[in-house]
Amino acid sequence: MEQLTQDFLRTKKLPHIWCPGCGNGIVTAALVRAIERTGFDQKDVVIVSGIGCSSRAAGYLNFNTLHTTHGRALAFATGLKMARPELKLFVIMGDGDCSAIGGNHFIHSARRNIDLNAIIVNNHIYGMTGGQHSPLTPTGKKATTAPRGTLEPSFDLLELAKGAGATFGAKGNAAQPRQLEQLIIRAANHKGFSVVEALSPCPIAYGRRNKLGGAVDMLRDMKEKSISVEKAANLDEAELKDRTVNGVLYAIDAPEFAESYYHSIGKEIG
Amino acid sequence: MPETKPVLMQGNEACALGAINAGVRFYAGYPITPSTEVAEQMAARLPEIGGVFIQMEDEIASMAAVIGASIGGMRTLTATSGPGFSLKQENLGYAIMAEIPCVVVNVQRMGPSTGVPTAPAQGDVMQARWGTHGDHPIIVFTPASVYESYYLTIAAVNLSQKLRQPVIVLLDEVIGHMREKVTIPEGKLMVEKSSDKVPSDWKPYDEKGLTPLVPFGFGHYYHVTGLFHDQYGFPTGDPPQVERALDRLHNKLEKYRDEIVLTNYIGHKEPRVAIVTYGCTVRSARAVVKKAYWQNRLPVGLLSLQTVWPFPAKEIEALAKQADVIIVPEMNMGQLVGEVERYARGEAKVVPLNRYDGEMISPDQISEEVGRWL
Repeated sequence: MEQLTQDFLRTKKLPHIWCPGCGNGIVTAALVRAIERTGFDQKDVVIVSGIGCSSRAAGYLNFNTLHTTHGRALAFATGLKMARPELKLFVIMGDGDCSAIGGNHFIHSARRNIDLNAIIVNNHIYGMTGGQHSPLTPTGKKATTAPRGTLEPSFDLLELAKGAGATFGAKGNAAQPRQLEQLIIRAANHKGFSVVEALSPCPIAYGRRNKLGGAVDMLRDMKEKSISVEKAANLDEAELKDRTVNGVLYAIDAPEFAESYYHSIGKEIG
Repeated sequence: MPETKPVLMQGNEACALGAINAGVRFYAGYPITPSTEVAEQMAARLPEIGGVFIQMEDEIASMAAVIGASIGGMRTLTATSGPGFSLKQENLGYAIMAEIPCVVVNVQRMGPSTGVPTAPAQGDVMQARWGTHGDHPIIVFTPASVYESYYLTIAAVNLSQKLRQPVIVLLDEVIGHMREKVTIPEGKLMVEKSSDKVPSDWKPYDEKGLTPLVPFGFGHYYHVTGLFHDQYGFPTGDPPQVERALDRLHNKLEKYRDEIVLTNYIGHKEPRVAIVTYGCTVRSARAVVKKAYWQNRLPVGLLSLQTVWPFPAKEIEALAKQADVIIVPEMNMGQLVGEVERYARGEAKVVPLNRYDGEMISPDQISEEVGRWL
């Protein structure tokens, strides 16, 4: 794997705050490589993030970076995108940040089909606060606030987004960073609300409590369960049980909100 | 300056017009009585002048969106009332911490909770000061007429830009919905545009003092966060830096205090009884002073506060040295009266006069209280 673009990293801010074995670094690296490959001008790129472990990535990336409040990253990003539609926004959120406290902003960003690239780092847990269950924690898994295993069903985030109106949905994981990078590039080039869900291991706050082994075990498991959209198409429901379908799940053409707005007031974007 | 002919206008409309004339080109909001007319005006006018109007999914998102747009370089406004103001508090604190300019209008209605949505009150004075958590500074204007709604909104936009500080325009239902004759001066207001033309050593939170906000997208790769941060915007937990950063937020208001704190005195030069009030209650108090002083030459005066926060401490200190009694009428159970008492420092007797049934305090009520102390 080649060297990361140093221009896009705030190397003086490293080392990062993440625990050993955390997948956030892998996902962040995939994002940086993806941005580089899109060829976007550095000054046009904005990284917006919420609150949580993965949201700290914004501070390590050398762009205009906006570390917002818990759950609200998409709402801040909506204002910024509407004010400056020519900017390219990547919005990093964790699973709890995006789907619990930020759930309302998530579905409405999808409904508007506003051109934001939501990167959701899904480690199935609230890591920064020490391991509480989120709406993406699988049923039965343990957390500090579900010591006997959570009884709650979890969201299918990409289906939720699609139902709400998102026009691009893709799933990747930290065990397959090359594929993740490609998915982020496709999301970035898609006009409309794009969702990339990146599964990521949290061996400290999630894996340990659920006896999933260390980071390497969790990554291996992620890779073994992963199956591409193309291969999955030939399998039935029973065969897909316990598998994670990876790749671009949907890419739909539909009017984008900022463009529609500016068109409606007779203004050109750019 | 030439003047246009007078027009009949509502306080909420005047607020929207003031914002537009002060260069606001972005509005994000959520419908709520009795502030909705501000949003309706903006929805009608902004698209005509190339601006952005967006109705968000909730008040939290509205506040977030205006901050996002401000970082993009637009002048921004959001308006709300009671319950909506409660929801805005989280991101209002963010804007204060990250020093992002924006103006928040709160048309006060009778609370707590859903309360009486269509009834006036002045119950959010302390919430406007302390609604968001932590030791934050805040600027709050309280217009007492339709014209004041207009020009205090303009002042709010300009101060907010200059100090990179959120400003609250605290209307009340009476002023927001009242229609009055106003004459808007002709001519264009000077609106400074934000730009990328800054010195090469520009720092977003320069330790040496205030620096203009350089919007995103111009190649200055700084960080914006609600965490305590250094002069480049990066998180810090270092105690001396944290203390300096909090001092910085407060010092800028301290430094420009005389530009921020607006008050107006009418009546006897050496009053025995003075009235201190703000917002729609000023109107009843003015009627009392007209009769007591201008007609009957009684030693009565009125200090009306266009700015309630930062609190006009100096003005109250001076007034307390003159007057024997200071009456503080408020449409709440007694909020600003505590501050008046604090800065009267025992030099004058401070008397609260409260009403909290959803009706305005009448001139007769104030007159009766004044008479008791003359």
